[in-house]
Amino acid sequence: MAEPKRREKANPQTGAQPRSRTKPASGANQAPEDSPDTLRGYYEQMVLVREFELKAGEMYARAKIGGYCHLNLGEEATVVGLMAALQPQDYLFTSYRDHGYAIVRGMEPRRVMAELFGRTDGVVGGRGGSMHMFDSELRMLGGYGIVGGQLPPATGAALAIAYRSEPAPDAEAVMCILGDGATNIGAFHESLNLAGLWKLPIVYVIVNNQLGMGTSVDRASAEPDLYKRGAAYRIPGERVNGDDPIVVRDAALAALERARVERQPMILETLSYRLRGHSVVDPAKYRHPDDVEEAKQNDPVPAFRARLAEQGVLDDAAEEQLHKDVEQTVAEAVDFADASPLPSEEELFEFSYATEVANMPNAYPGEPVMAR
Amino acid sequence: MSEPRVITYRQALQETIRAELERDENVFVMGEEIGVFEGSYKITAGLLKDFGPKRIVDTPISEEGFVGAAVGAAMLGLRPIVEIMTLNFSLIAIDQIVNHAAKIYGMFGGQSSVPMVIRTPGGGGQQLAATHSQNLEVWYAHIPGMKVVAPSTPADAKALLTAAIRDDDPVLFLENLALYNRKGEVPDGELVAEIGRAAVVKAGTDLTLVSYSRGMVTALEVANAFDEEGISIEVVDLRSLRPLDRETFCDSVRKTSRAVIFEDDMLSYGVGAEIAATIGEGAFDYLDAPVRRVAAAEVPLPYAKPLELAALPDADDLTRVIRETLDASGFRK
Repeated sequence: MAEPKRREKANPQTGAQPRSRTKPASGANQAPEDSPDTLRGYYEQMVLVREFELKAGEMYARAKIGGYCHLNLGEEATVVGLMAALQPQDYLFTSYRDHGYAIVRGMEPRRVMAELFGRTDGVVGGRGGSMHMFDSELRMLGGYGIVGGQLPPATGAALAIAYRSEPAPDAEAVMCILGDGATNIGAFHESLNLAGLWKLPIVYVIVNNQLGMGTSVDRASAEPDLYKRGAAYRIPGERVNGDDPIVVRDAALAALERARVERQPMILETLSYRLRGHSVVDPAKYRHPDDVEEAKQNDPVPAFRARLAEQGVLDDAAEEQLHKDVEQTVAEAVDFADASPLPSEEELFEFSYATEVANMPNAYPGEPVMAR
Repeated sequence: MSEPRVITYRQALQETIRAELERDENVFVMGEEIGVFEGSYKITAGLLKDFGPKRIVDTPISEEGFVGAAVGAAMLGLRPIVEIMTLNFSLIAIDQIVNHAAKIYGMFGGQSSVPMVIRTPGGGGQQLAATHSQNLEVWYAHIPGMKVVAPSTPADAKALLTAAIRDDDPVLFLENLALYNRKGEVPDGELVAEIGRAAVVKAGTDLTLVSYSRGMVTALEVANAFDEEGISIEVVDLRSLRPLDRETFCDSVRKTSRAVIFEDDMLSYGVGAEIAATIGEGAFDYLDAPVRRVAAAEVPLPYAKPLELAALPDADDLTRVIRETLDASGFRK
């Protein structure tokens, strides 16, 4: 393996600061000053995602979790900011890096953990695992394991919204979350073209954590300013600092509003940095140690904490209590998941089809499909 | 009920789509050239004028995009009927069909069904060469979560398309260019098939002939010719490849003791292979001769007519194999 190079600073041509902590240029939809409760709430969600993901990594190492396991570590501010902007009537589609979105959208952490454990109390009954969180009530219509596979269905969900309702400030919209790597697949371009052509109420959020597995954005995308990639489809894009939940939230609110009211599909690119490997089993040797060090310096969770402390919103006692609460939630999630029953073999064919089907080939391995 | 009318397979499809659009406002049609152009094979002729662009959606050439969009629209409760110009082009959308449409219900614990239909013609014989002449239906019939139906008559086209549109699971609805102009009796009024049921379309006692879609035309022609010799062939039209009605053709073989499968597709790993294996399980003790398959030669289908004809299975091939099967069991009239 070649020596890891330092990553390029994002957006060298435009000079835009990838990690600026300023508000987005649009400035639209800025909430009035956030209340201390709101800010503490965001921080608590960020800490919850952080602690949940660290615990998931630990449980994976202890073989409680199988398969692939991709964590949102380093993306907590993005997750919380996006989910703060998403309204109950909206639909959410995500990539396989979905635990944080599932939790902050409203799924119980213990049921998300139970899904990771492959138990009956998991959010999809242990059918999907880490990459496939889903809750129809919460309109979280799935984490998707195929890179960018969620883009066409998310676009179709927006088509269904346009089919059955009129634009309005409280209209439904779709938020489709994808990673930087997904911007290079055909389905990205086909979906953007359809959304642009048909004027669909959808916001494509490119969570640019600057690495598609081990390949940096500048080694994968001829246009590394990913927010510009909608230009061919007349879809406006904006890049914001994904380490700041308030900046992310306000940019997402503005984008969602245009989707709702103008039926203008939008791109929002959030810049963050994955704190760990692509998945739990990836030691991430392709990263330059300086980058890792810088990422630690920019870690969004302590940064937001410092800001709240500075504003007098969060004192040490409150911080301590908050951490204690989160740790308890996560510990209970593990206990719950551990205690939840494993699915029984008799349930194997339960969800083969949505309808009653004549002549189902429901045979276990080695069984004949036909009696003599 | 009034007398059945004699209409073409194409008309049966046209009328069924129209009736379902009128019945349920969640039904809509999308695909390439289906609106202004009225469909590459005119199945959607006249629909744009009567139902408007919201329900009859012309798409750009983006099979992965619009098939996947149908998946998402179906998840929100719409019932898209997607036309893919030919089955060959479904390969461009295969991730959305196999990894999404077919998986979403089961993988997400039954929380969201995907009620969509993909209508598409397959098959060779039109001098369209290798990439435009394939029978890929078995690729989809291999996948749990998918349903694959393949009507051979106008009446089944109506009954199965109605059923497919009303079904809550994703259905690949296989058509065939050579069937569009074929005529048959179609009952008026509501006609809904049960997906997953084969039909014995000609009763017989001496040999079971199994086929589907365009293959049924040749199968019936050959079976009827054998009648004149006093040889009685039972013909089973599968109608659905997934789920597969194994009972019906196994029952038939238990009666006739001989089986031949006729398919337009390549032989290896095909529909015939699945049926032969099933007969091996379900009717082994009744067989008087090995189960035979008549399928296409395994080459990329050539353009030149003599080569295309040589590659595709026809009535002569089928007649020969039926005679060999009868001879192998010492059958004497």
